[in-house]
Amino acid sequence: MLTDKELKVKSLVYRASTLQLIVRAGAGHTGGDLSLIDILNVLYNRVLRVAPDRMADPDRDRYVQSKGHCVEALYTVLADRGFFPAEELETLGRYGSHFIGHPTRAVPGIEHNTGALGHGLAVAVGMALAARMDGRPYRVFTVLGDGELDEGSNWEASLAAAHYRLDNLVVIIDRNGLQITGPTEQVNGLEPLGEKFRAFGYAVRQVDGNDVVALSSALESVPFEAGKPSLLMAHTVKGKGVSFMENQAGWHHRVPTAEELQQALGELAAARRALEEAQ
Amino acid sequence: MMGKPNLDVFAETLLELASADRDVLAVTSDSRGSGRLTGFGQRLPEQIVETGIAEQNVIGIAAGLASAGKKVFAVSPACFITARSLEQIKNDVCYSDHPVTVVGISAGVSYGALGATHHSLHDCAVLRAIHNITILAPADNLETREAVKYACCAEHPVYIRLGKAAMPDVHPEQEPFVVGRAARLREGRDVTLIATGETVPVALGAAEALAQRGTSARVLSMHTVKPLDEAAVLAAADETGAVVTLEEHSVYGGLGEACAAVLMRAGRCVPFDILAFPDEALVAGSQREIFAHYGLTVEGVAHTVSRLQQRRALRAD
Ligand SMILES: [Mg+2]
Repeated sequence: MLTDKELKVKSLVYRASTLQLIVRAGAGHTGGDLSLIDILNVLYNRVLRVAPDRMADPDRDRYVQSKGHCVEALYTVLADRGFFPAEELETLGRYGSHFIGHPTRAVPGIEHNTGALGHGLAVAVGMALAARMDGRPYRVFTVLGDGELDEGSNWEASLAAAHYRLDNLVVIIDRNGLQITGPTEQVNGLEPLGEKFRAFGYAVRQVDGNDVVALSSALESVPFEAGKPSLLMAHTVKGKGVSFMENQAGWHHRVPTAEELQQALGELAAARRALEEAQ
Repeated sequence: MMGKPNLDVFAETLLELASADRDVLAVTSDSRGSGRLTGFGQRLPEQIVETGIAEQNVIGIAAGLASAGKKVFAVSPACFITARSLEQIKNDVCYSDHPVTVVGISAGVSYGALGATHHSLHDCAVLRAIHNITILAPADNLETREAVKYACCAEHPVYIRLGKAAMPDVHPEQEPFVVGRAARLREGRDVTLIATGETVPVALGAAEALAQRGTSARVLSMHTVKPLDEAAVLAAADETGAVVTLEEHSVYGGLGEACAAVLMRAGRCVPFDILAFPDEALVAGSQREIFAHYGLTVEGVAHTVSRLQQRRALRAD
């Protein structure tokens, strides 16, 4: 098990690898990848009971990434966890590769194909129901973007999650406050979002979604309440960790130039040095 | 012999399968009554998942259940489940390859005068264009029973299209039901009638009427709309020289156009016509009245065959 400090270093390494991956592929969802990456870090290094050799185990935990467009962060973490050799990511977006711009089951470690928004939660509900029926101990985790909450299908699925009292289901909202057009509250207001989820029957907690220690303690304490699905509102910063990308809707799917990449990697390296020098 | 509605046979078969295997599930959208699954719900309450009136949720949840090894039948009116939840069928079931069986109940114009909201004239067209789903439209009780049994152990997605009218037995007892292979219900030399679902008895009636006029018609039940039995379509052209298709569907994108494409691509330019619903707002009425209005009747088919024969005679001159 990684120490808190090692986990924090991981996040910086993942950020650098993800940016390099996006630049090499010439495409990617830069801003959302960087807001999501700490959540993935904590899930795959601390919380999920999964491993490359456990993917046929019916009792493995399930992860469904509903915000499928932030796949570069997921690929980076899966490669680090040994689901496939990192070199395979060289083929991302290339002719004939199974590493494409959204998650598919052709890639080891991925449970469900996503990409169209508003689909993951209902599938996660089905997976959680199956666990309940079979008396299996696995939990189902899903990450939704905040922009995708505009899709009504999420709210249908939420009704079912509460109706079936699925306390083996953990819904994480990557609440970075932005979607492609701009701030979520300007595009189609979501607030008071936590109250809405509470009213839909979730046990809701708020967390700094870019703080791996806070995320760990929240995700290690699921279910938040017996008999209710858990909802973790992860307050994140789109573009987190790179000064000129943070909170900029324009970085939704912009690819850094070579110069921007160097600057970003420099900032991440400096953050890592500071972290390693600190007590 | 006159049988039951295929919908009833579907429900009985599913209950039998589910009674023997607790992994067999039904997922419904407040549609257990329409799907004749009220008894299923009472007998096997642990094996029915209710989502309320939420068809997108039916398919998404069905996909999640299937991913965990459940044998899932998602049961809802064909008009809703193949339109409102089309993206869930495309992505969560077919693309993700979770072996869900989508059961479209009261398909075509089964709901008759309830109108266009309740008609499904598009379902074969849209699902044919989506990779990784088998489309079954059984004609009678035997084909329905076999289709449900097939779907229950299928490793990939299946769509079963069902009407709710009582159907006569048409599939010969001794002929096995094989997915992807047309059932030859009647032999003939002069024309082949290729029908699917609840139009099959119309084709058989027409063949009988044509026989009295000296025309010998082959009749196929094309219970598998996809993958299409191309060999049977080509044999129909080669051995009988003319083909007429019948379906309870839009003329666009269904069985008829699928057969036309097979014939044209193979260079078989035989007299051919499609009996289906034209691209218009359908007339109001019962299923039977709507069939009659658009020529999906014994007389309508016989008339179409005569017209093709005249055309063939003209061409021969
Ligand atoms: Mg967002």
